[in-house]
Amino acid sequence: MKLIVTATAPDLKAAVDPRFGRGAYFIVVDSETLQWQAHANRAVNAAGGAGSQAAQFVAQQGVEAVISGDFGPNAYIALAAAEIKMYLLGPSKTVAEAVANFTAGKLAQVSAPTGAGHHGGRS
Amino acid sequence: MVAGRRGGATPPLQIAVASGKGGTGKTTVATSLALSLAQGTSGDAASSPPTFLDCDVEGPNAHLFLAPAFERRQDVAIQIPRVDAAKCTACGKCAEVCQYHAIVVLGKKTLVFDQLCHGCGSCTLVCPAGAITEEPHTIGVLETGPAAHGIQFARGVLDVGEPMATPAIRQLKRWAIPTDGPAGRVVILDAPPGTSCPVVEAVRGADTLLLVTEPTPFGLHDLRLMVEVAAELGIPAGVVINRDGIGDAGVDEFCAAAGLPILLRIPFERAIAEGVAQGRTLVEIHPEYAPRFRALYQQLARQVKHHGRICR
Repeated sequence: MKLIVTATAPDLKAAVDPRFGRGAYFIVVDSETLQWQAHANRAVNAAGGAGSQAAQFVAQQGVEAVISGDFGPNAYIALAAAEIKMYLLGPSKTVAEAVANFTAGKLAQVSAPTGAGHHGGRS
Repeated sequence: MVAGRRGGATPPLQIAVASGKGGTGKTTVATSLALSLAQGTSGDAASSPPTFLDCDVEGPNAHLFLAPAFERRQDVAIQIPRVDAAKCTACGKCAEVCQYHAIVVLGKKTLVFDQLCHGCGSCTLVCPAGAITEEPHTIGVLETGPAAHGIQFARGVLDVGEPMATPAIRQLKRWAIPTDGPAGRVVILDAPPGTSCPVVEAVRGADTLLLVTEPTPFGLHDLRLMVEVAAELGIPAGVVINRDGIGDAGVDEFCAAAGLPILLRIPFERAIAEGVAQGRTLVEIHPEYAPRFRALYQQLARQVKHHGRICR
């Protein structure tokens, strides 16, 4: 399955980034082959609307699930509309660990926004 | 460019009071300046009391000091896009043009985030399928009425939970600033704290900027940012040092080096703090400040004359 994990650097061994909308990199990973590709998050310095912008990018990658530490209201609504599943990082420290934990069924799926949002978000 | 006279009348002189750092005394200075001009018997500001705009729509408080009786109200609304799913081809042009990421295309769905929308209308313009219509979304209210000493008071109040202060400030200024009137008419704009979009919206178009600071490293840091904003907007500025006597000489040194005139110093004094906490203005606590504020106004007016009026 094709996944996206938010990361602090463009590498499978990189530490995860707990932020979704403002996470530094999106690592697109195939959970079976572990083939991966890194994309810098263009929304990282957005004045506002980072969550919705990042969600649109994720949707364009054709992934089925996103693993991150926090999904604000706008990100949640957008990802849910795109029918992309959201999972929390849990104890995962690196992107590779997050993928392994996901495959092992150890990650919790998100069914509501996990944060109150920042600029432009309504709690 | 210098603004011309329209039909023999003169556009009012706009003085914006800003600070960068919050809590430096913008409202203390702005309200006392307004009262001093309203009470003034000398100088060209004496012809009619000033108009006062509380532009801090996220936390207006100048009414506590000037006690206006609001007579007129008007809703502030922005135009929010609504997407007709039957007509939308999910081409993504609307999402591309939206610099606020308020409209996104996810697969075949186009989603609008009302709270991110600035109501600029770009998405409607670029939609090739004509799938977008707009509907008004109320974000706050504008209020105006007479206040102490004949001051014409106006403010905007953003609804709780609405994050977009800028359209409310823009509409407040359009609604409440008289386009012309007797010569010497003054408008005082009490800006929000900070140096971000709402502050730029509040001070843009002002003829002169009064920067209130305190002589501390924090005060200096944010004063510097605000001076950069003033330079970017091409507005001449003067400085008021509040709580003078605390901190260090950093602000003085910066102003001297930058050629910024220090127009007034207000000492760090218990009587002032107590009075303001009771809802009294500086000129009510210490009436001797009224002529000092009128002198400050004269200096600003001279600076504007020298610099030229901003064309609005």
